[in-house]
Amino acid sequence: MARKLLWWCLPPVLLLTMLLCVCAGSVPLSPGETLQILWRGLTGTEAGGSGEAIILRVRLPRVLCVALTGASLSLCGAAMQGLLRNPLADGSTLGVSSGASLGAILAIVLGIQFPGLPFAGTMVMAMLFAFGSLALILTLAYALDRSLATGTIILIGVVFSMFVSSLMNLLITFAGEKIKSITFWTLGSLSGSTYVNALTLLLALTVCGGALLALGGALNAFALGEEQARHLGVSVRRVKLTVMAAVSVLLGVCVSIGGTIGFVGLVIPHMVRLVLGPDHRRLLPASLLAGAVFLLLADLVGRTLLSPVELPIGVVTSLVGAAAFLVIFYRSRKRGSAQ
Amino acid sequence: MMLTVRELSAGYGGQDAVRKASFSLEAGQWLMICGPNGAGKSTLVKAATGTLPFQGTAELYGQDVRRMQPAALARRVAVLSQRVSTEYDFTVEQVVALGRYAHRKGFLRSADPEGEAQIARALGAVGLADKRAARLSALSGGEVQRVFLAQVFAQDPELLVLDEPVNHLDVTYQKQIFDLIDRWRQAPGRAVMSVVHDLNLARRYGTHALLLDRGRVAAWGEAGVALTRERLAEVYGMDVLGWLRELLRCWETSDKK
Repeated sequence: MARKLLWWCLPPVLLLTMLLCVCAGSVPLSPGETLQILWRGLTGTEAGGSGEAIILRVRLPRVLCVALTGASLSLCGAAMQGLLRNPLADGSTLGVSSGASLGAILAIVLGIQFPGLPFAGTMVMAMLFAFGSLALILTLAYALDRSLATGTIILIGVVFSMFVSSLMNLLITFAGEKIKSITFWTLGSLSGSTYVNALTLLLALTVCGGALLALGGALNAFALGEEQARHLGVSVRRVKLTVMAAVSVLLGVCVSIGGTIGFVGLVIPHMVRLVLGPDHRRLLPASLLAGAVFLLLADLVGRTLLSPVELPIGVVTSLVGAAAFLVIFYRSRKRGSAQ
Repeated sequence: MMLTVRELSAGYGGQDAVRKASFSLEAGQWLMICGPNGAGKSTLVKAATGTLPFQGTAELYGQDVRRMQPAALARRVAVLSQRVSTEYDFTVEQVVALGRYAHRKGFLRSADPEGEAQIARALGAVGLADKRAARLSALSGGEVQRVFLAQVFAQDPELLVLDEPVNHLDVTYQKQIFDLIDRWRQAPGRAVMSVVHDLNLARRYGTHALLLDRGRVAAWGEAGVALTRERLAEVYGMDVLGWLRELLRCWETSDKK
């Protein structure tokens, strides 16, 4: 019963949250007014005015980017947790997001660019570094402990994150003005997002998210173990590579636009799993929607709680995430020792 | 011939745990792979079913197992092993339904006309029809093993491979599982190949047996012919049969009291 309810509630809840986030802010606007402005914006009959400028130029692109980033991060977390049968796996805990940040920073420092596409160089480097980090972490984890025990892979991720962070600090110190602050890369921010950012995120989520959603059945088999998945008829290598590539592209795009926003992919799939169970054919789409809602609310808290000071969005997600990490680790350990 | 293995060598890290093993398997047979620890039993089974790289040949109805697509192989061969992760708390039905993965067709692998009936039959066969919606964490160890047995039944293979399936189970569950498999095998066109430590079980349920001695095939044939007192003594380095009889004699004295 609770399952069906959550399933049907998520899309309208997401729409309402988006509306709320567009309305709320340092200049609050009523929902009716907001809807009118949105309608005028859609039909191209703008009347001019400060409300319109705030909503159409500032808040709407930001809200769209936040929703799409939240959806992507959460979906990536859910997919990695299935692939590695490890409920603690996530872009931030494995260090994949840090790797992507390093790639993005390197691209800026070295001035890697594609002609005509101003952000493409940063983005591609972030994706490549995300894939490289994921491959490195998995190789190390397999070499140390084939069963991919919960602790081992997370430890490797932590060490890798620290290593990458120090490299990032080094680069930023020497690069000076060229690069956004270290806060942006370690805690993330989606203020100043544009429609181009939103469109890029939407494109990545459509392609890579679609590929991940289609693998729900295969990830269920993976959740029983890689060998078991092979016996059940899953093309293990193909599925693994697809998930790794899709996750890397999505994380690369998210990181180059919004920096490293941690723990979304850890918290949301876990909560969704509590309600819907571990079936990835339901878990993946539900995590996608719930992740968007979660990050929208986190962003809302970040920019209204101590207004006019804006908290980095990663501060809010990490506060929730750290607590969730402990809970999941505790439950997973207890289950492990009970068997 | 269902499975034909010729001159198969395989192992880990460049060292062959199995050397030049040859045997075959026909429908209706239950082949027991026996031998002391480290003789290469699991390696042989893994290689013969295409899980581990090997030299030599292993053919399933004339097809090289290494060249078969994972899904095509899974429609003919199912493997029940004890190395299964239960980190995520699936329901009984979800685990059993995964057995149908290779049979599903279409873009999202959703079309499987026989699926529902096969799942229901498998659950009924292992006596878990009323636990369909239960979560794995709510079941006993014996029940969990029956869930995975139902999964391979739902997979509807021709060859069922068991890698030490009952090692950690109580004697009641061992009998239950082996009886279920024995009944499954008796339908036409089916065969079982299993790795077992317990020689009593091997002799009781196996129609055929293969005895491995440090990676080489010491004997292969009908169970009664392959597992003789002399051969077992030779391979295990002690009079195994004498010891098994001695163990059973403990109970005779306690019966009289």
